[in-house]
Amino acid sequence: MTEEQILAEMAIILNEVAGVEASKVTADKSFLDDLEVDSLSMVEVVMAAEDKFDVKIPDEEVKNLRTVGDAVNFILKAK
Amino acid sequence: MTKLTLPSRPIGSRIAGVGGYRPQRIVGNDEVATLIDSSDQWIRERSGIIHRRFANEEETVAEMAARATLKALKHAQINPTEVDLLILATATNPAQLPNLAMEITHKIGATQAGAYDIGAACSGFSYGLAAASEAILAGDSKVAVIVGSERMSDFVSQYDRGTAFLFGDGAGAFVLTASEEFSIASPVWGADGSMNESICMTKSWAQFHAETASEFPSLKMEGQKVFRWAITEMVKVANAAMAKAGISVNDLGAFVPHQANQRITDHIAKSLNLPPSVVIAKDGIEMGNTTAATIPLALETLIENNEVKSGDLALLIGFGAGLSYSGQVVVIP
Repeated sequence: MTEEQILAEMAIILNEVAGVEASKVTADKSFLDDLEVDSLSMVEVVMAAEDKFDVKIPDEEVKNLRTVGDAVNFILKAK
Repeated sequence: MTKLTLPSRPIGSRIAGVGGYRPQRIVGNDEVATLIDSSDQWIRERSGIIHRRFANEEETVAEMAARATLKALKHAQINPTEVDLLILATATNPAQLPNLAMEITHKIGATQAGAYDIGAACSGFSYGLAAASEAILAGDSKVAVIVGSERMSDFVSQYDRGTAFLFGDGAGAFVLTASEEFSIASPVWGADGSMNESICMTKSWAQFHAETASEFPSLKMEGQKVFRWAITEMVKVANAAMAKAGISVNDLGAFVPHQANQRITDHIAKSLNLPPSVVIAKDGIEMGNTTAATIPLALETLIENNEVKSGDLALLIGFGAGLSYSGQVVVIP
């Protein structure tokens, strides 16, 4: 999967799980500050991303995923 | 060899009465929010909680438990002297010993009752319900009480942003009797000690004692980790408990999970595909997380509001520190 494809899938996940408007999802957006994804919704986003991309995102890694781009890069490397 | 006498055993056990005690002081989100740099909206979004109750000096763990038990006995139309076993589930006895169950039996005049405490935190009520039911099924008890009572406000720091807004105080009880029907199904229980630091105290009593200028131990929790565990593992427990009782979601009248957080409840309910006819307990919105007391308090609310009727099936699931869980299907009295 390319970076763009992962980003597009993340937009779908964020919309389905946390109700974020898909068009707002860009790599530079912060989950918490820009997209208002709170800590519990973040757990749901991580779980959905793990299923979708078939990767494991450890608990200690989740706190380093500040922006959507951070998550995309993590998934890219983990695959 | 002389043979020992086997007690006569009933076919089943049942819940004969449900009662709760809610402390007088209602504490709104605004009061809690000031100490954790938060807001009413932030707390509602994360937990669904609107307010909780904090006990006053007279509302001790034993006092609240005694009042909840008396209410449950009244509901069951049973005299306290008929109680022969009382189990208290609590995580907030402020003293190492004695257990508090004996103080409760003394307060209510249950002069014939054996009494002991159990822990297991938020799953304590479900574990205790199983133990009380088993005592009846074994023929050891004819009228057993399981009561959960907590003063979480004594052990939760009001300055801890992760937990201060979640917890509250209160008590709830079931009275169990022998029955011609099998009305409390076998429990599904388990524990994952590898996660026991996900919900624990900031320090042990020994550490507290060793430190000269030490803050009192308080509860701490890894919220995200516990949330993930609860919304995945408790769905399996719920399905296993229904399978053990030989029923499906379509047979249920009510889903009464431990009231940890409304978002956990919503998530589990959605994953279980509960039909619209199943009432979902939401007492935590009014009471917060009262640990071992949430399940009986939540069921009491459903009964008092006529949201369920006698004979309906309810799925109960307790889960929390340990991490531990226990759940079972019961017939509502």
